[in-house]
Amino acid sequence: MCLAVPMEVTEINDFRGIARMGGVSRDVNLMLVPDVKVGDYVIIHAGSAISILSEQEAKKTLDLLGEIGMDSE
Amino acid sequence: MPRADYITLARGGGGRASEELIEEVFIPAFSNAILDTMSDSAIIDAPENGKLAFSTDTFVIDPIFFPGGDIGSLAVHGTVNDIAVSGGVPKYMSAGFVLEEGFPISDLKKIAASMGEAAKSCGVSIVTGDTKVVARGGADKVFINTSAIGFAPEGIKLSPKRVEEGDLIIVSGTIGDHGIAILTLRKGLEFKTEIVSDSQPLNRLVEAMLEAEPDIRMMRDPTRGGLSATLNEIAKASGKGIVIDEKALPIKQSVSAVCEILGLDPLNVANEGKLVAFAPQESAGKVLETMRDNPAGRQAAIIGRVGGAGPGRVEMKTAFVGNRIVEPLVGDQLPRIC
Amino acid sequence: MKYMTEFRDGEIAEKIAGAIKKQSRKKIRVMEFCGGHTISLLKYGIPDLLPDTIEMVSGPGCPVCVTSRGEIDTAIQLTENPDVILASFGDMIRVPGTSESLRQAKAKGADIRIVYSPDDAVKIADENRGKDVIFFAVGFETTAPVTASSIKLAEAMGVDNYFVLSAHKTTPGILGALLAEEVRLDGFICPGHVTAITGTAMYKPLTDACKPCVVSGFEPLDIMSSILSVVQQVEKNVATTEINYRRVVSSSGNPTAQKIMGEVFSPVDAVWRGIGVIPNSGLKPDGAYKRFDACAKFGLKITTDEKETRGCICDKILRGLKKPVDCKLFNTVCAPEEPVGACMVSDEGTCSIYYRFGKEGREVAAR
Repeated sequence: MCLAVPMEVTEINDFRGIARMGGVSRDVNLMLVPDVKVGDYVIIHAGSAISILSEQEAKKTLDLLGEIGMDSE
Repeated sequence: MPRADYITLARGGGGRASEELIEEVFIPAFSNAILDTMSDSAIIDAPENGKLAFSTDTFVIDPIFFPGGDIGSLAVHGTVNDIAVSGGVPKYMSAGFVLEEGFPISDLKKIAASMGEAAKSCGVSIVTGDTKVVARGGADKVFINTSAIGFAPEGIKLSPKRVEEGDLIIVSGTIGDHGIAILTLRKGLEFKTEIVSDSQPLNRLVEAMLEAEPDIRMMRDPTRGGLSATLNEIAKASGKGIVIDEKALPIKQSVSAVCEILGLDPLNVANEGKLVAFAPQESAGKVLETMRDNPAGRQAAIIGRVGGAGPGRVEMKTAFVGNRIVEPLVGDQLPRIC
Repeated sequence: MKYMTEFRDGEIAEKIAGAIKKQSRKKIRVMEFCGGHTISLLKYGIPDLLPDTIEMVSGPGCPVCVTSRGEIDTAIQLTENPDVILASFGDMIRVPGTSESLRQAKAKGADIRIVYSPDDAVKIADENRGKDVIFFAVGFETTAPVTASSIKLAEAMGVDNYFVLSAHKTTPGILGALLAEEVRLDGFICPGHVTAITGTAMYKPLTDACKPCVVSGFEPLDIMSSILSVVQQVEKNVATTEINYRRVVSSSGNPTAQKIMGEVFSPVDAVWRGIGVIPNSGLKPDGAYKRFDACAKFGLKITTDEKETRGCICDKILRGLKKPVDCKLFNTVCAPEEPVGACMVSDEGTCSIYYRFGKEGREVAAR
């Protein structure tokens, strides 16, 4: 359920803003992520940001994924 | 009283007002020796040998002006391409217009000029035409039908029946550009992108390809329904299986981004200036090189081969691991949220 | 970091697949609750990478599929008023109600617009002040706060001709229904985007019943590693809620979204297509926002009397009791072009996904 994609916030005007992905931008609603900053990646669902992505957590996950690979070798 | 600068019902009445419209809008845009005789039908020279290719298509696109083209250029390219991919050299074209009362004449002039230019660049003459006007609401702005006649040289035998196990499948460039360019203009979607329609003629590309390799099995232009519809048609008509490689598909980053956001599959998205060709394995490299030397084929790529899937089936080796089925689209593709 | 391609690496996937094979001993049935996970599973060919010990079962997590006939009928009924514009997500357009779909109603003259976002519906309302613009709101907790924020947007803009027909559904009720089933499920892959809003507390009844819960993202590596986590919990005989999508999900969820949802909506009983009434599993605009409720404004009530077509086993498929290939209607009379049951109507419905991507489904079709 809930098709949602990571997009980068490039502009913020109060609770609205612009987010970008692969050369495509769109107006988005930022009401649900009051702490968002320009440059943050957010998960966009139906035109609204529902969550701010954590780069640190993403890196940790990728490291862990890499380690799973090592174990099975 | 000066004539209105928009279309009135009188313009389609067949009287003086209709004549003026033709003289004012269409003749300057399309002018050629055959059309200028203004006879009831165009008398054209038949080829000395070979066969005739004949095709028709109707264009109702909304918006009528879009990045990369308009309904006029599209109406020329669409029909030219249908002739071209069947191995014909397009020569003569007819143009029929259904105009909605109130349509601005300035827009019609723009469309006619763009058709004229498109025809010239394809080497096609618009030799006969017709205009009808319907009451406001009876049509949406403007609809165009074009038919074209092409000459098919002796010996051209493009057909899905000739597709063989091991043939390689080549696409002439990036897929999905036209459909996504149009979709992102739709009210309520409104994305800011650089994506433009790929509407362009393919006849010169096809001529070059057939010269390089007359034994190309078949070609088709994947318009509505996109590449998946075309490949499925070919798989069914040839009774062969097809496997394409996701990693090899040329797709613009922005097209693929819009597809991710709206939950669309680029394989199902329309193209208006691309072809897919089936070539014998040995000569596919040569065909590919020839294509890349042509402006309409710069980003051509080998995307798959015949065989490796059950008869009539199309599968895709995903960029991840494993294969998945490629099904033709059901109905039209709508943006989704889940 | 683009947060997508990094999580689609086929080589790492094969290594995770190796780890799953090595560690999985017990035969287990794992439910991916969410239709988005079902799509990813089949689109990326993940079942081919799993050992015979693991059976993946699709759950009721497609909001389009579980939207009831009554809700669709009510939406169509609203469009019979010539002063109404109905705005809908593209997903809902083809879904049949009792006698017709929104697409058929549109063909007969109803003014129905497809939007990507509820905010677009507010915009349509702003541009058409003489009309009543009704947003047909479907979706789980991911989408409900988005609808709620559109209502707040309309309020802030002074757009008083914007209304919401809410067919929103909430997850906790259906989780309880799944536990009550006679089917044996050994673990759950839980929906990442719903949990990003709700947090993880709602999975406690599942872990209390010794069912491991792993909250997962939607990229193939997310799902593969989530399956591995379920396997590891089962093999160790533990059942906890694990977040395997930490880049997006925290255990407490999104407090702002929870607050806005609470302000705008109140819980109501809702009908889930193929399942029936689940108490307090729906949402409607209420309190200070009651005036945005399309049902209240037009004096309509959503009917709750639902009958499925004979032979259709969607109710069982939605609850993981059966698979699409077990259904006699699958790909005989029920196909995406003419859907019969709930699970075929949406692109995210289990039957539709099996039809489009599943080799298993196609092989049944070929027989």
